[in-house]
Amino acid sequence: MSTTTIRIELPTHLRTLAQLTTHETALEVPQPTTLSAVLSTLEARYPALRGTIRDHTTLQRRPFLRFFACEKDITHESADAPLPEAILSGKEPLLIIGAIAGG
Amino acid sequence: MPGVRVLVGTKKGAFIFTTDAQRKDWQVSGLHFAGWEIYHLKGSPADPNRLYASQSSGWFGQLIQRSDDGGLTWTPMDNKFTYEGTPGTHMWNDGTQHPWEFKRVWHLEPSLTDPDTVYAGVEDAALFRTTDGGKSWHELPGLRNNETGPRWQPGAGGMCLHTILLDPTNPDRIYIAISAAGAFRSDDAGQSWKPINKGLYSKYIPDPTADVGHCVHHVAMHPSKPSTLFMQKHWDVMRSDDSGDSWQKISGDLPTDFGFVIDVHAHEPETIYIVPIKSDSEHFPLDGQLRVYRSRTGGNSWEPLANGLPQQDCYVNVLRDAMAIDTLPSCGIYFGTTGGQVYASPDSGDSWAPIVRDLPAVLSIEVQTLA
Repeated sequence: MSTTTIRIELPTHLRTLAQLTTHETALEVPQPTTLSAVLSTLEARYPALRGTIRDHTTLQRRPFLRFFACEKDITHESADAPLPEAILSGKEPLLIIGAIAGG
Repeated sequence: MPGVRVLVGTKKGAFIFTTDAQRKDWQVSGLHFAGWEIYHLKGSPADPNRLYASQSSGWFGQLIQRSDDGGLTWTPMDNKFTYEGTPGTHMWNDGTQHPWEFKRVWHLEPSLTDPDTVYAGVEDAALFRTTDGGKSWHELPGLRNNETGPRWQPGAGGMCLHTILLDPTNPDRIYIAISAAGAFRSDDAGQSWKPINKGLYSKYIPDPTADVGHCVHHVAMHPSKPSTLFMQKHWDVMRSDDSGDSWQKISGDLPTDFGFVIDVHAHEPETIYIVPIKSDSEHFPLDGQLRVYRSRTGGNSWEPLANGLPQQDCYVNVLRDAMAIDTLPSCGIYFGTTGGQVYASPDSGDSWAPIVRDLPAVLSIEVQTLA
């Protein structure tokens, strides 16, 4: 199976949960390289993240999380659409961001 | 050497306090799970080093953590809480029906005999159980599917199942309580349930004596008298001597009978503790004076306990799961406040001292008495 190396930045709390010590991580994601495929690979690699980014069953994004790529908010784009070329080439990381909310 | 371990859940993480039987000098461990809401932590009675914690966040949802070494290290466990079958609907605040939606785990109640078995009370109200140490959770759907379910509705804190009591003399008997539905009992290990709210009177619902709809805040039981229950309702302190089949008001001479916590002395089944709060719209102690009230007569006659507690300008709250009692010969009482103080009394409430003063708002307190 062909894969693509994707760089991902996670929010602090999820980095802690995944026991990541670096600011970003890299994943070998099966092609076609969509947001959905990236999240499935991330959850398989770090099972503690299951349910924290999207619902276990519906796979719906949790409301206060956003996905950014190449300085664009791609949160509301199809999770099955190909990711931007700069993400696929490794030039840019995919950002998973906690919305600014709460106290 | 005997001692105690106090487990503290707060709005921004967890803390663990340890001390010896004197309960004067405390070691504070934490902050665990920094930045996360820890609604509840509790240890297994069958294995004191086995702890479970409910960790949640508005951003990242629900997690369950488990420790096998008394809280030194933690491992995330399964966090999938899925209602069995079609979830159905319950009453919403506007009187319409609303689908059941899982939000968080409010309370974890480990089995009295098996460290791998734990009950979880969740919002929207339902009861889950693990029998494999938290590797998987399964609903006991008989409760949510009770015929009264469509008439349950959220209290101000959500429609939460916050109290789980296991009868030490009868493994098939479980009590639970839900805001705002009331108390329920199972006599078949959680397969089927009946509301046990006869005698409750809640003037804020259309039928004040309805079988469900009551905002029960907490229920407590002494293990030597498991048929006697004590309840802090939204308003009213109540007791039952027939396993919840009927309730009597025992507010007696309390200055106010609104409150959240209620607990029972470790060695005196008729000695009970509450923290009166001014009213349902003013969640702080009367006159800015933080006082625990104790009844040595199973209710009706109460005495204020104020020695060592702030007696002016105190406007904290004490939430429903934020009181616990140890079982040392001189019974220790503990409670936490929304102002971040945790107070301890090593002498059954006669005197108090803060263990800490400046934690995040305290959501829950549990205590383990260590051999």
